[in-house]
Amino acid sequence: MTTVLRLIPLFPFVGFLVNVFLGRRLSKRVSGGIACLAMLASFLVGAISTWTLVQRPSDARVVDDTVFLWIASGDFQIPLTFRLDPLAALMVLVVTGVGFLIHLYSVSYMHEETDGEYARYFSYLNLFASFMLVLVLGANFLVMFVGWEGVGLCSYLLIGFWFKKRSAADAGKKAFVVNRIGDFAFIVGMLLAFREFGTLDFREIAFEAARLSPEVTFGLISLMTLLFFIGATGKSAQIPLYVWLPDAMEGPTPVSALIHAATMVTAGVYMIGRNAALFSLAPITMDVVAVIGTATALMAGTIGLVQNDIKRVLAYSTVSQLGYMFLAMGVGAFAGGIFHLYTHAFFKALLFLGSGAVIHALHGEQDIRNMGGLRRDLPITYWTFVIGALAIAGVPGLSGFFSKDEILYRTFAGGHTLLWTVGAITSLLTATYMFRLVFLTFHGERPESAGSTAHHGGSDHGHGGGHGPAHLHDAPPTMAVPLVLLAIGSVVAGYVGVPHALGGANRIEGFLEPSFHPVAVHAPAEAGVGGGHGETAAHGEESPDADAHGGASVELTLMGVSSLIALTGIGLASVFFLRRRELAQATAARLPAVYRTLLNKYYVDEVYDATVVHPIQRTSERVLWKTVDAGMIDGIVNGAGAFVRGSAALLRLSQTGSVRVYAASIFIGVLLVVGYYLVR
Amino acid sequence: MNNAAHFPLLSLILFTPLAGAILLLFVNKRSENAIRWIANIFAAAGFLASLPLWFWYDTKSPAWQFVEKLPWIPSIGAQYFLGVDGFSVLLILLTTMMGVIAVLSSWTAITTRVKEYYVFLLVLQTGMIGAFVSLDFLLFFLFWEVMLVPMYFLIGIWGSDRRLYSAIKFFLYTLAGSVVMLLGILAIYFSYHTMTGVWTFDVTEFQRFNLDRNLQWWVFLAFFLGFAIKVPMFPFHTWLPDAHTDAPTAGSVILAAVLLKMGTYGFIRFSLPILPDASREFVPMIAVLSIIGIVYGALVAMAQRDWKRLVAYSSVSHMALVMLGMFALNPAGLKGSIIQQLNHGISTGALFLIVGIVYERRHTRMISEYTGLSSVMPVYAAVFMFMMLSSIGLPGLNGFVGEFLILQGVFVVSKAWAAVAATGIVLGAAYMLWLYQRTMFGTVENPKNEKLPDLNLREVATFVPLMIMALWIGLYPKPFLDFLDTSVGAVVARVSPQYSGQAVTKQADCPENVAVNKFVLAGCETPAAAPAAPPPPGNVQPAPGSTPPPATPLKTTGGQ
Repeated sequence: MTTVLRLIPLFPFVGFLVNVFLGRRLSKRVSGGIACLAMLASFLVGAISTWTLVQRPSDARVVDDTVFLWIASGDFQIPLTFRLDPLAALMVLVVTGVGFLIHLYSVSYMHEETDGEYARYFSYLNLFASFMLVLVLGANFLVMFVGWEGVGLCSYLLIGFWFKKRSAADAGKKAFVVNRIGDFAFIVGMLLAFREFGTLDFREIAFEAARLSPEVTFGLISLMTLLFFIGATGKSAQIPLYVWLPDAMEGPTPVSALIHAATMVTAGVYMIGRNAALFSLAPITMDVVAVIGTATALMAGTIGLVQNDIKRVLAYSTVSQLGYMFLAMGVGAFAGGIFHLYTHAFFKALLFLGSGAVIHALHGEQDIRNMGGLRRDLPITYWTFVIGALAIAGVPGLSGFFSKDEILYRTFAGGHTLLWTVGAITSLLTATYMFRLVFLTFHGERPESAGSTAHHGGSDHGHGGGHGPAHLHDAPPTMAVPLVLLAIGSVVAGYVGVPHALGGANRIEGFLEPSFHPVAVHAPAEAGVGGGHGETAAHGEESPDADAHGGASVELTLMGVSSLIALTGIGLASVFFLRRRELAQATAARLPAVYRTLLNKYYVDEVYDATVVHPIQRTSERVLWKTVDAGMIDGIVNGAGAFVRGSAALLRLSQTGSVRVYAASIFIGVLLVVGYYLVR
Repeated sequence: MNNAAHFPLLSLILFTPLAGAILLLFVNKRSENAIRWIANIFAAAGFLASLPLWFWYDTKSPAWQFVEKLPWIPSIGAQYFLGVDGFSVLLILLTTMMGVIAVLSSWTAITTRVKEYYVFLLVLQTGMIGAFVSLDFLLFFLFWEVMLVPMYFLIGIWGSDRRLYSAIKFFLYTLAGSVVMLLGILAIYFSYHTMTGVWTFDVTEFQRFNLDRNLQWWVFLAFFLGFAIKVPMFPFHTWLPDAHTDAPTAGSVILAAVLLKMGTYGFIRFSLPILPDASREFVPMIAVLSIIGIVYGALVAMAQRDWKRLVAYSSVSHMALVMLGMFALNPAGLKGSIIQQLNHGISTGALFLIVGIVYERRHTRMISEYTGLSSVMPVYAAVFMFMMLSSIGLPGLNGFVGEFLILQGVFVVSKAWAAVAATGIVLGAAYMLWLYQRTMFGTVENPKNEKLPDLNLREVATFVPLMIMALWIGLYPKPFLDFLDTSVGAVVARVSPQYSGQAVTKQADCPENVAVNKFVLAGCETPAAAPAAPPPPGNVQPAPGSTPPPATPLKTTGGQ
């Protein structure tokens, strides 16, 4: 069992090696097949490992696999260790399961690429999966960081997959550099953690942190966790580092589904879940996390409302949903946040793949203004997309309902009424912009001009053919199967977490809970570790029995409210974008400033460019290079050279060759020396 | 091992390239391919000769190993005194490996005055190895100066554009530094004589000698000038971009990979252990200059339009991090610093090779001349990507290990310094990724680039060892770190004894090691000879074998 864990990231890595070294010589069928098989193998090993994990008693569900001692210098000893616990197991299943489906989908989606490019695509995709699994399974910060940076690299490579396009290459670079800003904080956080705890192992840190007295830890752990959170804002696209994610849509659509919806962008949420015990000790950080998450959710939701690129709407929706997850983490509802991460992986991957099917059918068109009426030609895509939209909107009975409701309820129960209100408003926005997308894309009629503009638009997909709108093809089988499976997942995935208030058992919470309190598992004697756990309880960790009485009615009420909100949002969308589209335009025309601000994403990119990027570039070029380096320092160096040459030229003047001048100067010299001694 | 006990391995490593150079003198200058073969064979032979160091060096022993000692100029006490510790072993291996790569990379790049070129390259090789193996200060200085001449000609004859300006600038800059350094050496020499009545340039003696504090201060400054110019530290760096830009590819590779390490080697070998008090006093100054260097080098790199100049400024930034780690004066910082020196040799050396490949094909270094190369040269683009990632410190590759150890070491000393230094990772990614995008991505716009041939087998061969090393150090740095335990321990014991428990291997192990290792000079029987051994009076250091004051566990090298 213990040495099996390393196989999980190893399979996709082998797939990567095969495709990177032999890919050019392999046919598409082989290279795509290898990549999919690697993911399937990884999924099976993950599933078996999870199964054996579940067989254990719930307080012993931790398995370590130490491969070797990675860095050892003095007391700095970092082993390469993989660790499976309930939290990691859930993530492994999501990454490999959803990942496998997306690999499968890519087999058709990318079929127009040349053999070499096709292999390159799948090698990156496999490498990504491998790093993501390292991130998830890493037992200490440094191993997690390997995965953390590795997925960033793959994201960079895949966003810029069509590197001949300027915007794609730009977007890839932006993603990497913005992420590096977050990683900078993450590194400093690791340094601080190692300095204080003498270890980077997650469990040991949790254990050490709980032992320190609150007075000692307060500022320190707040700072440490804030630094980690800044790292998370980079990877998980939160304010202020979210700006890379919408641009990342330049990548192939399956990549957006896998990396920028289901897996990588959730790494920040996962990281907080992984260190729940540590974060619980830092109430300030928790508040910051909750507020940033909520603010991001709202901001991205409002932007999503007016965007016209189908993928960008989904991208902002992702940012917004990630905000929800951070809200959950911030109010201490760790299980709720991870639950939402898990359901989101299904429906958001589904929505992205659905949008991919649309783009595929329309030969690269991404602008929803040029779409409409597609439900007749693309029935599979339409119905699966609607299921995804219903799930994300939070319509009762689908997965998104359970997880979103859990978060909102926990927020409310924790006394964060304002955050709850904003969360509820965001929920309304979510339902509205999602169904705006559904109605504009699949309902109504396609504009006359759309056929001709299609090829100029997105060019996400390099179809050359001149198919007219009459020949739209729905998703081929390898694309349809993932869509259907994910749609099923989007419906049923939530039933592992049916709340107690509805007579469910909320199994997922019980399953995950030990991962958030690793200390208790490690040393049962220390159960009442004082400050740490008290804090956690304050953030809404009521035991199921406790909230069965008073909580249930509140929870049921809130559920009713959020169901109503979801339906209202859909209703609003149907009024504005289905039945009376002119109303939407009229509203936009009546509030031009608001509309323009939203359309331009609050001008955040422009502000960053003006305040950070350009000043740095100008300073580097004009001040540092041209003035300091070439002007001052080299000026002195060359000046020294010129001085020597100049003084030599000057001295040369005295070498006149005239004996009389020499004699005179000797005479004067003698006089001066003698005079000096006489006078003294 | 015992069979080779009295075999002068270091001399063999040292003189193999020189023998090649001498042999070349007798070859007809028109048989160019014969010259190339001979040079390649001797460079490879030099590398093979150095390999036993990796296997035979005893990482547990704190003593100097493979020692050779002969009288040289007895009248002034100068000796032919060679010996190595783990630090110098790693640098020697780096030198011989880069030597092979540099010689191999020149095959088609150099077409004029081929014979002289290879002679200079091989002589340079001997000069650099000599500096790393000399334990006699005068001998070291001799090799230090020997390096200067071939490099000067390499830039001045086979360079590009402003080669004469660059060559002279390089020569004068370095010469200015070394003259002052010589004064420092002489100051120690005379001071040692005054105190002990012995005339000697023996570095191992100096390392145990407590120089007057006041004198230390001045000598430190003298050494500082010599070494800081070589590193090069801000603001003594302006010779580097010129020299790099105009040097032929192999010259740039050697310059970046090995020559710059002379400066850092000098600091660790001489400044820190011989002048411990002054070293501590100068920490703030060096830290500030290093931090400026990290940020400044990266920002100026970002503004460059010349590909090679960009890499040169990135060197300034990376070497500044090396300096900062070193002057944390603790085991983590020093080890990270040394590992990062190797990393810089590997990745920056490779980056210069990478520029050299397209320069040889297109004869321009302007970034704007190249777009979309990855469509025409996919293998080349992949290699560049790999080395770029190594350079920006992606975890799993070599750069990260060094950077993280350095930051960890610095963090102990000052959180603020570490935090500012860490911004280098953001800026590093920015300028390298931008360079990559501008040269590799996009579509081929310049028709001259449309038919560029991808890497040939010889060119691939120059990169493969570097890529293997980058992966090895990134994934399993333990063997390299093990090499540094005792040598870093010795330096730390001198300069900041409060940390010495963290890096020094248990001294109790010593006697057995001496018994099996015949290379060891005196070793533990005469504790005086071991660099890590007994404290000079006035220095607080735990007695050998006793528990070090901090509650940190003893080094667990090799044990697992």
